[in-house]
Amino acid sequence: MEKTKILAIGRHPEIMQTVVRLINNNPEWEGASALTDKDAVQAFDHEIFDLIMLCSGIEPESEENLRTYFTAHRPAVKIIQHYGGGSGLLTAEVYEALKG
Amino acid sequence: MAYTILHKAEGRGHANHGWLNSFHTFSFGSYYNPQAMNFGALRVLNDDTVSGGMGFGRHPHDNMEIISIPLEGDLEHKDSMGNTAIIRKGDIQAMSAGTGIYHSEQNAHENEQVKFLQIWIYPNQKNVEPRYDQLTLNLADRHNRLQQILSPNPDDEGIWIYQNAWFHMGKFDQGKSTKYEFKGKAHNGVYAFVLNGEITVNGQKLNTRDGLGSWDIDALEITADTEAEFLLMEVPMVF
Repeated sequence: MEKTKILAIGRHPEIMQTVVRLINNNPEWEGASALTDKDAVQAFDHEIFDLIMLCSGIEPESEENLRTYFTAHRPAVKIIQHYGGGSGLLTAEVYEALKG
Repeated sequence: MAYTILHKAEGRGHANHGWLNSFHTFSFGSYYNPQAMNFGALRVLNDDTVSGGMGFGRHPHDNMEIISIPLEGDLEHKDSMGNTAIIRKGDIQAMSAGTGIYHSEQNAHENEQVKFLQIWIYPNQKNVEPRYDQLTLNLADRHNRLQQILSPNPDDEGIWIYQNAWFHMGKFDQGKSTKYEFKGKAHNGVYAFVLNGEITVNGQKLNTRDGLGSWDIDALEITADTEAEFLLMEVPMVF
């Protein structure tokens, strides 16, 4: 079965490591992370992600630019805000985003 | 038109990890119920029991207001801002995770369990500087009346958070009644959660650990059908 590919973007290196580890704990998901806008765009251009998770510390201007870029290049891509908290919210956030 | 949603205690999500026995009113961890995602800005209401000497290891949070209310036992908190504290029954703790923090929560005792509510509220501002606060409340101030324990205003009674939310607790004798008038503007809702005993809220009977969300109304009429303790959480329904 093909895994759901998730790109998590945030500014806090330690938190992003945790987020990717938690994503990869689910055998149906495969996570990657980016700390900068440039890295996020490179990753997005290189691979087709099912879901983009915007994590902590992203400045409003960056968020707007990233959303604009992602939706312009792949209108169907799902983009959600991830609220941290270990594994507490992750499962529901991903399922909610992908159920439609 | 008034709206309500009833969550019976036995319908909550449940996870027993041995060291942690947790009931989730809203989707959390491996419990996913699309019909129980949140009540407005109230995203998490966990009813946790942690065994002696055990706890939640170091884990991250961001952009969430996290409120802990101990019900029994003592809970030790440590975070990446350098705070170390113990909270006890009668205390309330709030943490604004903002740009991101790490923390751990541990039962402060080896041989006693700790019971507490952990409540997560979506904030009204993203990426704020993380902050931690705790407060010891006077338990006598909630006897047969509503005690405000949380608000959006640092100068108001109780602890404060980054959201237009107000929490009140009450411990009522059988037969005593009160009226809760909404503090915030229109489009706020109130989630009533019974800690123990039986109460009636606007005609709806609630038992221990039942929850009732109400919105598009101005007030709640609450009567204790037995000796009862309860928590009222007013939060924005649109945020």
